Amino acid sequence: MRTYLYMLLLCSTMVAQNKDCNYTLSGKIIDLHDGSVLPGAVLTIAGLETTVESDINGIYTFSNLCEGVYSIQISHPNCTTQGVKVKVSSNTKRNFKLEHHLEELNTITLQASIYRSKTKTNFEQKITEKQLDRFSNASLGDVLNTLSGVSSLNTGNAVVKPIINGVHSSRIVVMNNGVRMEDQEWGAEHAPSIDVNTIGNITLIKGAGALKYSGDAVGGIIVTEASKIPVKDTIYGKTHVTAATNGRGGSITSTLTKSYVNGWYGSVQGSLKRFGDYEAPDYVLSNTGNFERSLSARIGINRFDYGVEAYYSFFKNEIGILRASHIGGASDQVRAINSGIPLIIRDFTYDINAPKQDVTHHLFKVRGFKNFKNLGKVTLQYDLQQNERLEFDVRRSSNDDDRPSLDLVLNSHTIRLDLDTDNTDLFNLKTGIMAQYQKNIADPATGVRRLIPDYERFNLGIYGVADYSISDHFLVEVGGRFDYFNIDAQKFYKSSFWEDRNYDILFPEIVVEVFNNQLLTNPKLDYSNLSATLGTRYTFNDKYKLFMNYSLASRAPNPSELFSEGLHHSASRIELGDLRFNSEVAHKVSITLQKQGTTFGFSINPYINFINDFMIIEPTEIRQTIRGNFQVWEYRQTNATLAGIDIDASVTFTDYLNFYHQFSMVKGYDNTRDISLIDMPPVNTTNGLVYQNKELKNLRVELQSEYTFRQNEFPNNNFEAFIPETNTFELVDVSTPPDAYHLLHLHSNADFKLGENSMLNVGISVTNIFNTNYRNYLNRLRYYADDLGRNLSINLKITY
Amino acid sequence: MKKFKISILTAIAITGLVFTGCSNDDDAPAPVNEEEVITTLTVTLTPTTGGGSVVTLQSRDLDGDGPDAPVITNGTLAANTTYTGTVVFLNETETPAENITTEVEEEDDEHQLFFTTGGGLNVTTDNFNLDGNGNILGTTFNVTTGAASSGSYTVTLRHEPTKPNTGLADAGGETDIEATFQVTVQ
Repeated sequence: MRTYLYMLLLCSTMVAQNKDCNYTLSGKIIDLHDGSVLPGAVLTIAGLETTVESDINGIYTFSNLCEGVYSIQISHPNCTTQGVKVKVSSNTKRNFKLEHHLEELNTITLQASIYRSKTKTNFEQKITEKQLDRFSNASLGDVLNTLSGVSSLNTGNAVVKPIINGVHSSRIVVMNNGVRMEDQEWGAEHAPSIDVNTIGNITLIKGAGALKYSGDAVGGIIVTEASKIPVKDTIYGKTHVTAATNGRGGSITSTLTKSYVNGWYGSVQGSLKRFGDYEAPDYVLSNTGNFERSLSARIGINRFDYGVEAYYSFFKNEIGILRASHIGGASDQVRAINSGIPLIIRDFTYDINAPKQDVTHHLFKVRGFKNFKNLGKVTLQYDLQQNERLEFDVRRSSNDDDRPSLDLVLNSHTIRLDLDTDNTDLFNLKTGIMAQYQKNIADPATGVRRLIPDYERFNLGIYGVADYSISDHFLVEVGGRFDYFNIDAQKFYKSSFWEDRNYDILFPEIVVEVFNNQLLTNPKLDYSNLSATLGTRYTFNDKYKLFMNYSLASRAPNPSELFSEGLHHSASRIELGDLRFNSEVAHKVSITLQKQGTTFGFSINPYINFINDFMIIEPTEIRQTIRGNFQVWEYRQTNATLAGIDIDASVTFTDYLNFYHQFSMVKGYDNTRDISLIDMPPVNTTNGLVYQNKELKNLRVELQSEYTFRQNEFPNNNFEAFIPETNTFELVDVSTPPDAYHLLHLHSNADFKLGENSMLNVGISVTNIFNTNYRNYLNRLRYYADDLGRNLSINLKITY
Repeated sequence: MKKFKISILTAIAITGLVFTGCSNDDDAPAPVNEEEVITTLTVTLTPTTGGGSVVTLQSRDLDGDGPDAPVITNGTLAANTTYTGTVVFLNETETPAENITTEVEEEDDEHQLFFTTGGGLNVTTDNFNLDGNGNILGTTFNVTTGAASSGSYTVTLRHEPTKPNTGLADAGGETDIEATFQVTVQ
């Protein structure tokens, strides 16, 4: 849209110089595959040898042309050059479509290219490949944490779950390479099963606006895409090696890509990350090492108007959970909290023992697309995912240490058909249908009652999103989606719980078989969910944009919310789900004002999210067991309101120096009980000073300050526990958030040319420079240990 | 173009196979017998002298972490008497009930029992059996009562405690069992 504006401006300022030779020929250079604009194309008029280049918006202009027919050669770096003939008899506009093989073309894996947005009226934040380089040995959650409005719910430092605008887990959808990740994301200590090294770029949509992907993203959608592969005869690769002092480990990752000018391509990638126990400033965080392996391969053909790709990825992560966090009842909890330091501190080791998680994720995808001239692009995709989660608890007998306490395998099959009629500038329609079948199997060989039962789930979804440009400045987007879910579970209940909950009166018909002290039931649950989006984008001038979006998201309860029933060791609490839940429905209104500029730019994004039947877990009572007393946490539904604001700003002082600022604040209230919501991210602000010199080996030095305020709004969930050794009752403070903290980090990197086609990028980073002791409110293990101390890491990346 | 069609057909075929292949078993899953649970703790106190009666203290929690509270059997001890005590742990969710005392005694260096009194109860617990390293295990012991009194008597089983130790306060480890009884000495 902005391009038209440019064109108008250009045309209107054209000054006639010669009566016969004052015509202009202008237009834009467009990627035939996805309609994105191509900057840097060189157009030469044969005979005249006049040469112009398309600008950042793909616009080119020849002026002072005479009437006649011109032969124009259009070339673009890496591309096959194209010749065209154009008749000029007045000021002429001609857009040229180039088959943009050259640089980065990857229309198969990407529904939207790097230049295109996932939604048109949601403000989107992006992380590019270059920014990702710094996180080669980190997790997806760590990467996302760098964006305003995103924080993370951590379990130690290796399990990092993104929180978007105050919500997490099932309320966030992760689209990995066009595939919705089905990796048991319902669990608060289940991190996304994605290796950051497989990601080319990340887009974050803070809202449910991208209905194409899902209708239940109450918090937002994270879209990761693989790097683009050029359509030319080439072979290239990169190897990334990192080493870090904290955890005394590192990572190595390599990618090799081969492509041909006929469109065929293939790419393989592998990563290995190994860390031992991490360290807080004053002690070793025993049993916090991790060992991550990943492998991925893709092969495909990418042609003018069709393409096919097959993709497979394997991800395995073994993560140690802080040994001191595995505790018995409330009296242990009192000891652990009052101690101030972890109750178990051992010497550094690379060994990972119980408690630990071992997660394996397989993802296979095959996808094909075809462009039909009068219809648009049709894409068909099938994906198969298998997620196996093993959790090892400290068992009573050490003979059982190699036997998991939880063994869940989730198999998902999804098929989707999408139509994208993105062929006019005025009106676009995206529509599609998807079907998914899931089966979860809980292995009974664990000797521990199933946390999540065996179940089958079927999902059918239909969506349509249209956008219409009312004027060059004003665009409206509207969309709707319908999802049907059916869950068929085989759940064992403890007889005592079944009766305590009155389920024996409410659901007598679902009992299949009665055993000694438990019974088998067959809950069959249906949910029909509607979701919708309505938004506008208004462009004031080249610099200012206003995005306004309303989204309606509906989320069916997840297996944990429905079926949980038992002791959760890492939290030292008993967690109870509820079969009677209905879907939660969120209404989110989000406004963003964005200013882009070379010296000063900003975006301000206030939002409010009203969530009806919001499912939350909170303490209800203290339960006596023979193991001691435990706090019981029950899921319940309430009406909640989350409101907040995210701010980004940057100022460029000189060619070499710029400053950036980020600020995020979110408040969450339980309207029914009139209390604050638990686990709301505290207010935080990140500020940085960046020195960058292109002449000096592309040197970049960044000093980053991260300040997290204390969370002052929290529900009081404290309780009293009996302590036998003193024969007294003591307060167990599980609510009070830790103090505010300030961390300083330094990141630097530079490029060194190794040869014609190879480059070495060297990066050195120090995080938590002053080795500050701090605890993070959003770290579930904050009761037991400080967070990470200083870390010095070196990062070498060779591209060849 | 041909390749495209073929691959789409293949995709559909694979999907079809997978869907039909996965939805054909409706077998009911097997129930899990909880192996990690200790449901029952029984302390048996037998007087060493004379014909006093045997006292049994028991905490029994058949639904483990379920809503039912443990059923506690309290006891009355004779004043100025010495008892020999034994502790038995059972998992009664399994049939026949699994005796977990054996397991605790096999891994004696990883366990220790603690006996604490509260509320003026005039009882001392000592003469514990030892583990292979000569540290306290505590599955057998002596209880000596003093003058008439009453109060709480708590039995705690710690897993992986620091050994030796001076009591619960510096033992560390994890609590596997914690049962409090009301005991009267008369």
